[in-house]
Amino acid sequence: MNKRGEMLTGLVIAVFLVLVLSPILYNFAVGNARSVPDLKPPPGGEKQCVESKEWMRGNHMQLLFDWRETVVREGNRTYRASDGKEYNMSLTSECLSCHTNKDEFCDQCHDYLKVKPYCWDCHIVPPKENA
Amino acid sequence: MSMDRRKFLKVAGVGALGLAGLPASRLLAADDPRFKPPAEGLQGKRWAMVIDLTKEAHDADAISVCHKIHNVPQLTNPRHEIKWLWNTGFKHAFPGLASKHMAVQYKGEHSALVLCNHCENPPCVRVCPTKATFRRADGIVLMDFHRCIGCRFCMAACPFGARSFNWVDPRTASNLDEPGEVMLTFPTRMKGVVEKCNFCAERLARGLIPACVENSSDGRMLFGDLEDPHSDVSRIVKSKYTIRRKQHLGTEPSVFYIV
Amino acid sequence: MLDKALCGSKRYWGLIIFLLAIIGVGVLTYGYQLREGLGITGMGRSVSWGFYIAQLTFLVGVAASAVMLVIPYYLHNYKEFGKIAILGEFVAIAAVTMCLLFVLADLGQPQRMFNLILHPTLNSVLFWDMIVLNGYLFLNLIIGWTTLGAEKKGTPPPGWVKPLIYLSIPWAVSIHTVTAFLYSGLPGRGFWLTAVMAPRFLASAFAAGPALLILLALIVRKYTKFDPGAKAIQALAKIVTYAIITFVFLFFCELFTVFYSQIPEHMDHFKYLYMGYDGYGAYVPFMWLSLILAGISIIMLVNPKTRKNEGTLVVACVMVFISTWIDKGMGMISGGFVPDPLHEVHEYIPTLPELTITVGIYAIGALILTVLYKVVVSVREEELA
Ligand code: HEC
Ligand code: HEC
Ligand code: HEC
Repeated sequence: MNKRGEMLTGLVIAVFLVLVLSPILYNFAVGNARSVPDLKPPPGGEKQCVESKEWMRGNHMQLLFDWRETVVREGNRTYRASDGKEYNMSLTSECLSCHTNKDEFCDQCHDYLKVKPYCWDCHIVPPKENA
Repeated sequence: MSMDRRKFLKVAGVGALGLAGLPASRLLAADDPRFKPPAEGLQGKRWAMVIDLTKEAHDADAISVCHKIHNVPQLTNPRHEIKWLWNTGFKHAFPGLASKHMAVQYKGEHSALVLCNHCENPPCVRVCPTKATFRRADGIVLMDFHRCIGCRFCMAACPFGARSFNWVDPRTASNLDEPGEVMLTFPTRMKGVVEKCNFCAERLARGLIPACVENSSDGRMLFGDLEDPHSDVSRIVKSKYTIRRKQHLGTEPSVFYIV
Repeated sequence: MLDKALCGSKRYWGLIIFLLAIIGVGVLTYGYQLREGLGITGMGRSVSWGFYIAQLTFLVGVAASAVMLVIPYYLHNYKEFGKIAILGEFVAIAAVTMCLLFVLADLGQPQRMFNLILHPTLNSVLFWDMIVLNGYLFLNLIIGWTTLGAEKKGTPPPGWVKPLIYLSIPWAVSIHTVTAFLYSGLPGRGFWLTAVMAPRFLASAFAAGPALLILLALIVRKYTKFDPGAKAIQALAKIVTYAIITFVFLFFCELFTVFYSQIPEHMDHFKYLYMGYDGYGAYVPFMWLSLILAGISIIMLVNPKTRKNEGTLVVACVMVFISTWIDKGMGMISGGFVPDPLHEVHEYIPTLPELTITVGIYAIGALILTVLYKVVVSVREEELA
């Protein structure tokens, strides 16, 4: 094979790799930003999340994925947290019952980190009472 | 030549390994102690329904409640229509059983009430390439909207026309485009996924029977566990002659009709 | 070798730019579909698959038909196909790529496509269809590329491709069989519920694919210095002849069963397609055109005079291609959905955006084919020089 052919094949492979790896590269570029914007605590005055704040920060996505899997596919609805408290596994009726200020909490952090969960295409954000 | 083949195989191999690793990381331990069934939920081995077609049809309430609580969009284009529970003519519900000599009550365009049959041997589950539609241990055939890729194989496979596809964004529908009109207790769907009746799985979990049965006119609809000999449904099916839609196809529907 | 595709005549570049323009329009329209949803198509609750899946079905056949060159050349050592086998393999590559793109275009949630791999489901025919289509694509890429590469160097192809070539034979049959199984195993669709579906698909494929190859070979001969060989073309013509006759025979077997048994669930679909049903009959003229073209082409292909004359052979091949395309690319899918399981009639008419995306995907296929054929032609022209 001649030089040109090799270059071309290399180019094709490189484009393919960039395409395939683009989500990961993108995460490296933007997802690793460390400092988190000021987050508003739940307006209702609750002090404790489902799990510890540190754990939630890193693991709430996996927790939600686990919830939806077990609710929809296994018919479970109750979550026993590590402190023994029980929660109804629901995005709207549980998470958002405390974090009623989704736009100042979830969204703010996600916007900052350029994450855009598509959950809200279906899951409903309760309208603001006084809005 | 051979060089880039090797290179290519390497890349492909790494990719394949990565993909193989993913499902494992996502696997839920089926008996994860953190997750429990709801305490007040109704338990059944095979949920089933009886619909009495000899009773006069006043199904408007049952239908509108079903569509209301599940945020079923009301779309104007008939091609894009989404239906979980609806009235149709006997000859449409039971093609092959209708005859022009039948009693007049079977001739109306709205005489029969139809919904997903929650078959025991469901073709939709058989064909789904991602297990987005599956059959639960209590007999309910459910959709996992999170997983559906919108291939619509299940719609081709369903012999009862029970499935609808979101051809457009359902939230553009007139009954869902105002935030105040959406029910908070059940998510809407999004464009590009299939949906259908879920036998009110979310209500069963709260100890409630399906909303349509609760709102049906007297005796028109019954709900219960077919495996429980004392349930209403079992008693009727044991004592009366009932038929099911397209029984000859062997899908074993769980909705029985008294005719 | 791909660099051969980078130096070409003005006409070659003109064709490339023309195809790229069509692809551009198709891609833009696909963006519109992504944003608005599949509601921009003519599909609906009742006819839930349409033009995209129909083209997939047709093109799987075109792809599978490469085997009609591979079997005589590699199994029976029929030397005349030596120069032309690669043309078949490259048609297969273009066709399978189009198939995969049509599946993609038809998905409601294409961004979740990888769920097919994350949640593999062995009981789903669609899962197997993805496996066999992708496998076939890779087989043909590897086989086509290595054999051509070896030829360029003037060496025989490396030993390890032989097993792959043999594997590609049953694999080609499998892609179309599995595609037929998508339909023929569904309990509520009388039109498709027939064991003759897979054989019928294969027969029409082995007519359409080689007919297309004849046309392509003649184009290549006209515009380049590479001559695929008159004998090879005549051999292909005989394959087309047998295949189209088999196809029509199987079709009549189906017709007999359906109309003699008089079972409405099976019969009403044929009534809809060939006579109109309940006042709907948009496909009737096309379906008859398909039958008539098949009939005329059989006469022209069976008659040695018109088969051996390349002018009339071209006409016959075009007829075969159009006839089988109407059968699979139009009638097969719509016919299965009308009347629907509730015995209601909702006619499906594809929309302009839907057709634009379809044409765009065909243009991608044509572009792939053009580039690959350019490489073949350049290699062959070098040999001649
Ligand atoms: C009972 C009320 C309550 C519920 C229910 C609840 N949270 Fe929280 N959440 C809190 C409180 C209070 C905090 C702040 C804790 C702190 O500051 O120590 C918090 C913190 C968090 C944090 C960390 C924010 C940070 O500062 O890093 C995340 C992420 C989070 N919650 C997500 C969720 C999700 C997802 C759910 C649903 C699964 C949920 N929460 C349900 C009350 C709740
Ligand atoms: C402290 C910042 C922070 C807060 C607050 C927060 N998130 Fe997140 N969220 C993240 C990060 C970081 C990710 C992970 C992005 C990734 O892995 O690509 C994420 C991802 C997710 C995902 C998965 C998205 C996907 O498609 O992979 C969901 C769902 C989610 N968050 C829901 C919530 C909800 C609901 C709340 C509010 C109750 C919330 N988050 C609050 C930081 C936050
Ligand atoms: C296509 C629509 C759709 C999308 C998109 C969607 N969901 Fe859901 N989700 C549903 C439906 C419908 C249910 C079933 C509700 C029930 O049975 O109570 C559900 C249930 C759930 C549940 C359990 C019950 C509840 O009320 O919350 C969780 C948790 C959940 N989804 C999480 C998510 C997360 C996280 C995302 C985004 C990463 C997401 N969902 C995206 C439709 C959707």
